[in-house]
Amino acid sequence: MSNDETVLKVVDLAKDFPIGSNLLGTRPLQLLRAVAGVSFSVKRGETYGLVGESGCGKSTLGRCILRLLDPTSGQVILDGQDITTLDEREMRALRRDIQIVFQDPMSSLHPKMTVRQILTEGMRLANKAPAQREAAIDDLIEMVQLPREVLDRYPHEMSGGQRQRIGIARAISLDPKVIVLDEPVSALDVSIQAGVLNLLRDLQKRLNVAFVFIAHDLGVVRYVSDRIGVMYLGRIVETGDAAALFDAPMHPYTQALLSAIPLSDPRTERERERIMLEGDLPSPLNPPSGCRFRTRCPRAQALCAREDPMLEGVEHLTACHFPGPNPDIAQTCF
Amino acid sequence: MSDPLLAVDGLRIGFGPAKDGAEAVRGVGFTLEAGKVLGIVGESGSGKSLTMMALLQLLPGQARCSGSARFRGKELIGMRKSEIRHLRGKDIGCVFQDPLSAFNPVKTIGDQIVEAIRLHDRRISRRAAMKEAEELLAAVSIPQPDQRLRQYPHEFSGGMRQRAMIAMAIANKPALLIADEPTTALDVTVQAQILDLLRTLTRERGIGLVLITHDLGVVAGMADNIAVMYGGRFVEAGTADEIFYHTRHPYTRGLIEAMPKLDRPEERLVAIEGTPPSIWSRPPGCSFAPRCYFAQERCRQQEPELRDLEHTRSACLRAEELPPRETVAHAQDTGKDMTL
Repeated sequence: MSNDETVLKVVDLAKDFPIGSNLLGTRPLQLLRAVAGVSFSVKRGETYGLVGESGCGKSTLGRCILRLLDPTSGQVILDGQDITTLDEREMRALRRDIQIVFQDPMSSLHPKMTVRQILTEGMRLANKAPAQREAAIDDLIEMVQLPREVLDRYPHEMSGGQRQRIGIARAISLDPKVIVLDEPVSALDVSIQAGVLNLLRDLQKRLNVAFVFIAHDLGVVRYVSDRIGVMYLGRIVETGDAAALFDAPMHPYTQALLSAIPLSDPRTERERERIMLEGDLPSPLNPPSGCRFRTRCPRAQALCAREDPMLEGVEHLTACHFPGPNPDIAQTCF
Repeated sequence: MSDPLLAVDGLRIGFGPAKDGAEAVRGVGFTLEAGKVLGIVGESGSGKSLTMMALLQLLPGQARCSGSARFRGKELIGMRKSEIRHLRGKDIGCVFQDPLSAFNPVKTIGDQIVEAIRLHDRRISRRAAMKEAEELLAAVSIPQPDQRLRQYPHEFSGGMRQRAMIAMAIANKPALLIADEPTTALDVTVQAQILDLLRTLTRERGIGLVLITHDLGVVAGMADNIAVMYGGRFVEAGTADEIFYHTRHPYTRGLIEAMPKLDRPEERLVAIEGTPPSIWSRPPGCSFAPRCYFAQERCRQQEPELRDLEHTRSACLRAEELPPRETVAHAQDTGKDMTL
């Protein structure tokens, strides 16, 4: 099993949500395009980070990858097989290969099941022999670094950090090829968050599983990701190797995003020039013509209103008519 | 010598029976001068929000509060309701985390700002107050303020609502502004805008700002002084530079090391083991001792007080002995015991 092997490929994925309906209830009044043609791929044992602000479509994209939501168009190819065309039964059989960890473990773990029951559930559905299950549970709990005592506890009897570790244990219990992590640490205090991030890094090395890591916190995404895609209004506007993207961002949105992060260094922070974005995210019901970022972009010109830029480049791709480093912002500030 | 803008001393807040109830804030003290920014940093349950609620007399009814908090020399703790009402929203403005629940959903933004203005000065006509509200919205960079005034809170985006709340908080030209997690619900680009706005307001209008947050990064560039709160106490206090570059408390250091660094992503994060203490079952001795990498037997018996060190004021018995940062990360990786 080579690590160059692509295990998950998302091709031109789009998701529309109907808004309202006509009098007869037969047709929606409007369509909200939450994800508007996204493509990326993830190799075995690799972490692909998806960052963006609220409303950029990153969580919808994550749910479409698992078919918790059915994509409107596009393909999700898991290990060579297009899963968007599978029926319910076939998809069920494939679920063990692709798992998800949600933001809030309190609402994604069954409140009336003990940790042991939560962790056995998947194995039972996958027809694992009872004797094997017990041994597997011991391994799981050790892997997520929790004491064995928690096995007989209920979710409400544990702290937020412990609960999230159970969510992770459940996700790895069937030895999946891909795990989608949707804001897995954003509900946790900083001191707890660090432990969970370290755990994820270690588990990935050990299990060689691919992660799609969705988060709004750029520092967190940078810490865990090998490659990163920056989303804006349903599109990936820039993607590439994590280091390249953070050291030399080419898209003006990525630059603004990076310059907005508060650094934990008072001296740099005080001297830093920030790129302040004007206004708010436009409504996805009525996205701007041409480039979606142009209404807030410091580089926007007439061309940007006419033509939608394609995601172009090799390795480091940018969807911008005028990509390039920002000369006003010193490199060290990123 | 004139009184400082705000001087808090020995503030304690408790719940339950006075004798064996629980204390959530246990002796907090600080001073704030006009035009300065104090950042209070702590995780959930540290007591940072309660501290500020106490100053405004917004604590839940069953809370017991003692100690002193003087605003321009006037005692706020135990002040008569009618009197504090004159200060709150006039001389002391407040900004909360969630502007949607702080606004009345069935009144326009304009009406609510007008109400705030006229509550404290009846001589101003509605029309004049409306004009003032428009200027305020413009001052916090809300585009088309004349139209925005006539809209309801739900018609504003999260960032715009937070700007509107700041506009309302500064409507009566307060001397002190208390902001409790003002940017936590916002996206990072919007957060940068709001912090920039708060910074400008303090500088241009000489407003003293208490900024409460769980995110050390938020106060790094903004605060003149920072206090780190844990288990109902200040465990370390100093200027922003002192806290970030010369911390002498294992908890502050833990917070700094737990944050992912954009410039050094390879550096392994150092997690703080365990969870913060509950106010109902606080350990004896130092509250942080059960999670502390450097704790010794005496830390579990004796509660340390804040004391002056070379740079910061720190409440740690072993403050002087703390080894340099790199050693800690290495020791944790190799499982070496640092308590010796």
